[in-house]
Amino acid sequence: MGCVHEETFRAMRQSIIDGAPEAAATLAQKSFVLGIAPLEAIDQGFVPGMNDVGEQFTLRTVFLPDMMAAAEAMKAAMNVLEPVLKQQGTERPCAGKVILGTAKGDIHEIGKTLVGTLLTAHGFQVHDLGVDVPSEHFAAAAADLAADIVGVSALLTTTMRGQKAVVEAIEHAGLRPRVKVIVGGAPVTRRWAEEIRADGYAKDAMRAVALVQGLMGSHSDTIRVS
Amino acid sequence: MATQSCADVKPSTTTVRPDLKLLDLSLTERIVAEAFELLINPGVKVATPRAIELLAGAGTRVENGIAHIPESLARCALESVPREFFLYDRAGAAVVHYGGEKVHFDPGSSCLNILDPDTLQPRPAQSGDLVRLVQLTEMLPQFAAQSTAFVCNDVPQEIGDFYRLFLVLLYANKPVITGAFSAQTLQAMLDLLAADAGGGEALKRRPRAVFDVCPSPPLNWSEFAAENLLQLGRAGVPAQMVSMPLAGATAPVTLAGSVVQHAAECISGITIHQLASPGAPIVWGGAPAIFDMSAGCAPMGAIETAMLNVACTQVGKYFGLPTHGYLVVTDSKLVDAQAGIESGISAVLGALAGINMISGAGMLDSLACHSLEKLVIDAEAISYAQSLVRGVQTGQETLAASAFAQIGLSGEFLRLKETRALFRSEQYFPSSVIQRGSEARADGQPLCDTFSRARTRVQEVLTSYQRPAMSLEREKSLLEIARREGARVGLQHLPGV
Repeated sequence: MGCVHEETFRAMRQSIIDGAPEAAATLAQKSFVLGIAPLEAIDQGFVPGMNDVGEQFTLRTVFLPDMMAAAEAMKAAMNVLEPVLKQQGTERPCAGKVILGTAKGDIHEIGKTLVGTLLTAHGFQVHDLGVDVPSEHFAAAAADLAADIVGVSALLTTTMRGQKAVVEAIEHAGLRPRVKVIVGGAPVTRRWAEEIRADGYAKDAMRAVALVQGLMGSHSDTIRVS
Repeated sequence: MATQSCADVKPSTTTVRPDLKLLDLSLTERIVAEAFELLINPGVKVATPRAIELLAGAGTRVENGIAHIPESLARCALESVPREFFLYDRAGAAVVHYGGEKVHFDPGSSCLNILDPDTLQPRPAQSGDLVRLVQLTEMLPQFAAQSTAFVCNDVPQEIGDFYRLFLVLLYANKPVITGAFSAQTLQAMLDLLAADAGGGEALKRRPRAVFDVCPSPPLNWSEFAAENLLQLGRAGVPAQMVSMPLAGATAPVTLAGSVVQHAAECISGITIHQLASPGAPIVWGGAPAIFDMSAGCAPMGAIETAMLNVACTQVGKYFGLPTHGYLVVTDSKLVDAQAGIESGISAVLGALAGINMISGAGMLDSLACHSLEKLVIDAEAISYAQSLVRGVQTGQETLAASAFAQIGLSGEFLRLKETRALFRSEQYFPSSVIQRGSEARADGQPLCDTFSRARTRVQEVLTSYQRPAMSLEREKSLLEIARREGARVGLQHLPGV
């Protein structure tokens, strides 16, 4: 089984690696004609492409713009597949709900947005609170949206403290340990993450995906995408 | 006053090649004029009867082994030198272009020692060390050519020059910068190259090697050096003069004065070479340096040494000739910050000056020691220099306007197709020798310095090396010549094979 569509899955995977949104969308359309279930197309066709790109990024053979293009292609495929999933009542299982934002006083967003793009491509539901976000907004959003994970970005040593404030705010709101807090950004280190008692830290966007997947893996009621 | 809108500005698509000049035209002409004066008075020592015959036959007054070369004769010789030529790899591709503003790099040559990365002490180099350096150079795209980098201590001295070329030819595909230590071995080396090329005519047509030939400062063509010029000219194999004025010791103390001497040495060499073989390729080159008045040595990493290389090159370019220099070297004994400063700065200056072949990478301790680790670090400095001279690219229809037209003020440049299409040509991606980002710090691992990263890189690159394809027949002829030469000096087996 599965071998019948192997060629199509390979093409889907390649469309993501190539960062080709048009090709990805066309292949998603084609999956309907071929009788490939949308979930199968996602899990066996498109997601392996994202994983490939992620691995290559870690090996420094693929770079940020390539990864963004891969995420765009993933989005294009999902735009075609998701309405059908909805119709069939078989929505793509949500890998987890993630809230992202840049710490109070900090307006840098490239890293945070990249993490969001990749998490979305990997099946997470991402709510981006934007930049310069007060700690209590993170806590409120986590409660309102029943988030699994809160990610706080900081590019400045002066705004890193905002990450600690978010950990405390989530704690005050009584959301820990169910809601995990993860931190990232150029000046952030594993040691800092430990010091402020965050649940996780990743040095780049791809590792952030692995981190979130790992943290979600410890939730018995959620499904891991890859 | 009428205002001009952006639309009226004609798009410029010219890429400026940044360059560096230390001499203006009038100073260059003064240098050249004095160099011609030196050729007459005091003249040039020439120790080879055949060269003296050629010079005398062309109207040069020769007294007590000193040739007083008239300007008209020298100018005539300068005219017949090819303005450009190519070196070919074994596969026949023209990969080194001597001439114009082309810039290439090769590792330093003829070193006796290698820095042991474990003990941080120099030790005498063996054949295995040369093989590893050749393999490394073969895999590093920053080096257009190999060099016969070591004189191997496990090979009898009499064939030391020959044997290193043999090993390079056996393990590499790239062209080679080499040199001979005696007339007899030069012939054996030419035999080797002819065997590698598929015959003497093929070698002439597509030379794979250039031979360094060194005049002795001041203004002295020894018997061997002059003979070398004649022999190379006959074989049609390019010669590269390595004139080495030491400012203040074996040459005038001023930089300008040493440039004059360098020019006179090169012009006299060209005169001898072109009289014997008009039109044969020859390079205006050298390893000029200042003399350190405290340490009593030639500081190859000094800024003034780099300036001498730049200025000497400029004079060569004034005549329109192919050029060479000796840079990307350091006087430090270790692969440390001083090595980085001196090698990096001189790589940039040499590239800006448009020196066709820049030899020296990998070398420490004023050319007394080579280091594989330094070679992979220098490769990064070379890439920086190469990116610099490529200049600012302007191939796009608009420079920024179309990008903003697509994304407005969202700042999402990472998403643009244009970004993905162009970032690889806009940026150089360094190897793991260069540390960027926050990985090492973030992972809580002990931080490692450039030297440690270079050690890892050397191993990675060596692991990825594959010996370039060579026909069995060619390999057999190379081995035969090596065995013949080895037997001549009692070498039982061929080390490094």
